[in-house]
Amino acid sequence: MKTILNSVKNIEQIFGVLAKKIQRPDLIFITVEKKQVLSVLSHLRDIEEYTHLVMITAIDYLEQGKFQILYLLHNYKNNTDLGVKTFISREDAHMYSAHHLWGQVATYQRELHEMFGIDFPGSPRVNENFALEGWEGIPPMRRDFDTLRYSQETYNFRKGRATNDPKKYMKKNLHKE
Amino acid sequence: MFDLDRKKYPKIDDGKANFELYSHKYLKLWHGPQHPGVTGNMALELTVSGDEIIDLKTHVGYLHRGFEKLMERRRFIQCFPIVCRICVPEPDTNEYLFSAAIEELAGIEIPEKAIWIRTLNLEMTRLASYLMWVGGQAGALGLGAVGQWAIAHRDYVLDLFEEMTGARVYHMYMVPGGVRGDFPQGFVHRLEAVLQKCEKLIKDAKIVMLNNSVLQDRLVGLGIITPEMIDKFGIVGPNARGSGAKRDVRKDNPYLKYNELDFEIVTETDGDGFARLKVRFREMSQSISLIRQIVSKMPKTGKFHVKTPNPLHWKIPVGETYLKAESTRGEYGFYVATDGSGFPRKVTVRGPSYTHAVSLLEYLGVGVNIADIAGLMGSLHTYPPEIER
Repeated sequence: MKTILNSVKNIEQIFGVLAKKIQRPDLIFITVEKKQVLSVLSHLRDIEEYTHLVMITAIDYLEQGKFQILYLLHNYKNNTDLGVKTFISREDAHMYSAHHLWGQVATYQRELHEMFGIDFPGSPRVNENFALEGWEGIPPMRRDFDTLRYSQETYNFRKGRATNDPKKYMKKNLHKE
Repeated sequence: MFDLDRKKYPKIDDGKANFELYSHKYLKLWHGPQHPGVTGNMALELTVSGDEIIDLKTHVGYLHRGFEKLMERRRFIQCFPIVCRICVPEPDTNEYLFSAAIEELAGIEIPEKAIWIRTLNLEMTRLASYLMWVGGQAGALGLGAVGQWAIAHRDYVLDLFEEMTGARVYHMYMVPGGVRGDFPQGFVHRLEAVLQKCEKLIKDAKIVMLNNSVLQDRLVGLGIITPEMIDKFGIVGPNARGSGAKRDVRKDNPYLKYNELDFEIVTETDGDGFARLKVRFREMSQSISLIRQIVSKMPKTGKFHVKTPNPLHWKIPVGETYLKAESTRGEYGFYVATDGSGFPRKVTVRGPSYTHAVSLLEYLGVGVNIADIAGLMGSLHTYPPEIER
């Protein structure tokens, strides 16, 4: 049976791995170059038996000016998870679409497009709304999106709700002299 | 039955119908967003030809609460009121996974008794969630009475949760370091009484549902998942097990105390709605057996919580992890990344309904009668809250 370490070694030899982190014996994260991601995913799916795509997610590293995209795959033969990570530029955020590899990828890419503003050219229905209908402005999951400012600009606050300073409030109501 | 004249229906090729919407022969119909028996809101945009669905689009967004964003601005302990609300009928899976992810990243070991209590809690929530599902599936196919029985029995389980955790629906019971409290006295006896009630319900519901020819007519052959589709669409849990896949996170990657418990993976081979119904009924009985095993094996005394740092000033080192557990819908996962500050950098929830209710339902729904689409949704066990966290 192929082990997860063998699979990672194969990927290292064929495609090259920028970084590797062994989180648990059954969970390894590898970082590969952006242009290698689709080849790595196809190789893992077809040859290393990582047939199940668990999820796709992104992290906004605002301070470094890039997004991390993570593809998490699962192997049912040896029950291990392998995370394939890549970094893309935050300014020109686009990534190659992997919708031809698994049926659910298009949904994940639609969500990432909406929440992070990462474009996946060629992905079916990628420009359709997923959870947010009629959203304008910067995508909400980006770090520079200010939730407090958004709610102050969008919603009317009910009048008569005063905020008390806890120290003074306690003194006035609970610890009267 | 009679053979339909299919000439007037558009041709369906690999789950996609070839039709011209503006030919005025077809009708757009909205199904939802409210569905009885489905927790949360999700709309299905149907295009129908006669009474047959030829195109289906899932629309979510009625429930988006931005939990993943809100968690980026909250301390780890402040996230707990949020994580349990990600999946309404089964909140404990979320609590367990988030606490376990924090414990792994912060390097905390929890005591033996806390592990057992967590296992018990997860099995009880599985039973409650399945009872809710019986309500949805039976109600969607016209057996309203069975739904009432099941929801009433779910309430008995919720009463137990109230006694154990202090809350009925959202427990916030598992916290980093263990669980919040020990059992009250005599809890085990009351648990046994509820289990006996549930056993009787399962027996009755099985008689009404599995031997019912109307239900069989509607569910046999509805939404067939072939073994090839399982990996193509990322199908997990009872939906995959109904098609013969022997996959269960509790067996494949044992967590908590599942490797010390005696149970088998339940599978059926037909892959249709009726096979999934049988899988879930057998898993309910299995869950009751597991609860009994846990109660008999768990230690009576011991600590249930270890001391953790002050949660308001708790910083967790840089790292990332993915943890998963078997919920009633299948593999449920939490990806947590930290950056050394007092807040999580990113939390992503992998809900099984994400694939089942969007890409899979859009594929399976084509060619189904309008009357059966609610039954198909119930048969895939969709919970919209986990699609849009």
